[in-house]
Amino acid sequence: MEKYRLKVSNMCKSFPGVKALDKVQLEVKPGSVHALIGENGAGKSTLMKCLFGLYHPEEGTIELDGEKVEMTDPNTALKLGISMIHQELNPIPYRNVVDNIWVGRFVKKGMVVDEEKMKAMTEELLKDLEFDIPADTLAKSLSVSQLQAIEIAKAVSYDAKVIIMDEPTSSLTVAETKHLFKIINRLKSEGRSIIYISHKLEEIIEVADEITIMRDGQYVGKWEIKDITIDEIIHQMVGRNMEERFPPAEGTVQEEVLLKVEDFTSAQEHSFEHINFELHKGEILGIGGLVGAQRTELVEAIFGLRKISAGTLTMNGKTIVNQTPQDAIKNKFALLTEERRVTGIIPMLSVWDNALVVAYKKLANNVIGLINRKKIGKSVDNICKELDVRMAGTDTLIKNLSGGNQQKVLVGRWLLSDCDILILDEPTRGVDVGAKYEIYKIMRDLAKKGKAIIMVSSEMPELLGMSDNIMIMCEGKLSGILKQNEATQIEVMKYATMFSNKAKEEDSE
Amino acid sequence: MRTINLKKILIDKALVIVLLFMIIGIIIIEPSFLQWRVFTDIITQSAVKMICALGLMFPLLIGGTDLAGGRQVGLAAVLVASMSQMATYSNRFWPNLPELPIIFPILIAIAAVAVIGAVNGFMISKLKMAPFIATFGMSTIVYGINCLYFAKKPNNSQPIGGIRDDLRILSSYKLFGQISLLVVIALAAVIIVWFVLNKTVFGKNIYIVGGNPDAAKVSGVNVNKVIMSVFIIESCLVGLAGIMEVARTGGANSSYGNAYEFDAISSCVVGGISLSGGIGKVSGAVIGVIIFTFISYGLAFIGVNANWQLVIKGIIICSAVALDMRKNA
Repeated sequence: MEKYRLKVSNMCKSFPGVKALDKVQLEVKPGSVHALIGENGAGKSTLMKCLFGLYHPEEGTIELDGEKVEMTDPNTALKLGISMIHQELNPIPYRNVVDNIWVGRFVKKGMVVDEEKMKAMTEELLKDLEFDIPADTLAKSLSVSQLQAIEIAKAVSYDAKVIIMDEPTSSLTVAETKHLFKIINRLKSEGRSIIYISHKLEEIIEVADEITIMRDGQYVGKWEIKDITIDEIIHQMVGRNMEERFPPAEGTVQEEVLLKVEDFTSAQEHSFEHINFELHKGEILGIGGLVGAQRTELVEAIFGLRKISAGTLTMNGKTIVNQTPQDAIKNKFALLTEERRVTGIIPMLSVWDNALVVAYKKLANNVIGLINRKKIGKSVDNICKELDVRMAGTDTLIKNLSGGNQQKVLVGRWLLSDCDILILDEPTRGVDVGAKYEIYKIMRDLAKKGKAIIMVSSEMPELLGMSDNIMIMCEGKLSGILKQNEATQIEVMKYATMFSNKAKEEDSE
Repeated sequence: MRTINLKKILIDKALVIVLLFMIIGIIIIEPSFLQWRVFTDIITQSAVKMICALGLMFPLLIGGTDLAGGRQVGLAAVLVASMSQMATYSNRFWPNLPELPIIFPILIAIAAVAVIGAVNGFMISKLKMAPFIATFGMSTIVYGINCLYFAKKPNNSQPIGGIRDDLRILSSYKLFGQISLLVVIALAAVIIVWFVLNKTVFGKNIYIVGGNPDAAKVSGVNVNKVIMSVFIIESCLVGLAGIMEVARTGGANSSYGNAYEFDAISSCVVGGISLSGGIGKVSGAVIGVIIFTFISYGLAFIGVNANWQLVIKGIIICSAVALDMRKNA
């Protein structure tokens, strides 16, 4: 029998209305990188939370080096040698790097905390991992990728036997990801095991030794990475063939200009300036660019969430002003925001309420705003069916849905508002492959109906595969607009780095 | 699956169950507790508390609070009492004031507290102050204003009495010889608040703002307007409670309403309204108020020392909050 560092067998965990884990197993060898993949809602995060003592499974056993262990809470897990890089970064903003790394296990000298020793330890740790971050910086002034680096350093500092990495590269650049892989390889050579969760399959092929695939809360299988291809992984993940990742364009762009944006300039410094573009009926306009290109800022300003110092919007030939989101909604704009958890869902309310947040006003169009549940209930049912939201019913609390299904409800929220211009900011971030295709199809259908879509996307295939035209921004300026047939990855990158020497250097690394 | 549900129900309703057992205990110790008269007493006593709890429910639902609630009860009480004394009464607050139609003093009192609510709402929505500290400051301001008014010559901080019958009728007239009009008002308020919270867009928006203000903003909900409205409505309700207190007691002084907001918040929490916002039903507030009044009345009925009553109430509140955190974690 082979020896495993970590062995999980027969694990089951249910939530109200869903069986999140159904007899799942996981076997991780010492000194290896084990990738765990599956669609959103497949149960990866739930499994990891069970391993880390955050959830308590109803059934199943965890064996560490052949010994059965009970994970009652994260503290136990850490003591037993399991540490975790969480998907959501939770820094303590007004504390420095030292405190953020050693929180929960401060080094003491007698009665008092030994600040100096901790600082020295932090500096050594960061130097050892080649992270160039001053130890006394406050967490709030660090960039997202620096925070991610701190999180990595923290996980390593526990001297753990098993390190769980949940989407560790989600906010890292290519160079930073390479750096992480270097660290991973070193940890591996020290005999540690790494459980690596990611949606980026190319990364997995590069870094992992073995792979376990999950689907709908169940174990699908385990492979050596050298015996499996990306296509096969996708096939096993979704349980069906993904012949085409994008539904074909149907030439829906009309002659008529729906929206004209002229000289849009942010009221803030170092943000977007002098942006001009036109949006036609039936068009999907992609906005590409690197992180920091101010794309989100631009679309939020168009939607009235941010102030501008100059610029006009002309819709159907008439000048309009979107000073607040209320104005924008009245002018038939819609905005699906980038951060689903922060500005999207209302966790403790039902799918029903979440879908109707925007449309309530319109559907209850009477003096006192009386809501006729029967009358408008049907439109919610229909939209959920149309978008194939998987749930027990519209009364389910939205927090109990998987990320992909939450995103579909939020798309439904805006469809119910009856908009003409739909702005989607990273519409498929954190959404699984199957749900992605469904969202793409919805976009195509809307374009066919003559609606116009602006899509901000950092995923190159999505940008190239879905956009009729691609507008590329760099450092707050518009650097180019490409037609679909002339756009290639290289062209887009060229425009995305046009004004920034720093970014160019990084790219050529 | 069934057993899991049973467990969930037990956790959800743990406090209500424990309190029901306490009531049964009181009945066993003193069987005479079970009489119609006690029941009508409790219902009448609940009426004013009910209105306060309904009022405080609004800020709680958006994740706020109003520590000035009780002082607004007091201000409304003193204002309405000072303007609705009998012409024949010897120590009149405004000696030369004619007997106004009763609706005027009522409207003036409500308008005064509505302004306070608007200021609370302004501080919290526009100035982005934490509700706890904004309304805490406001409670001192309101009490100060009330005392200044109350100390006006010739009243010189004397308790106000001689309230006219057309206000006192709210408490003296008994429907079917049993139930006072105060109870009817409370019942009407329960129905109206339930309707607003469950059936109107404004009500939905309150839950949405309480659940995730950022998402509400992006979805075109005017968050500041909702917060303002919430505090104005709450102030009008506690103002109404002050007026009802005057009808019930036949007078007023500046210490009226002191700490009423704490009883109201406690009742809401016992009834499952979450302090973190976005969760809670009107039925919860009703159950909370009734159970709370039953317990205080019952404890006094079986002769428990008043200081011990405070201790027991405090324990109930802490347990309620602890359970709330567990449920909604």
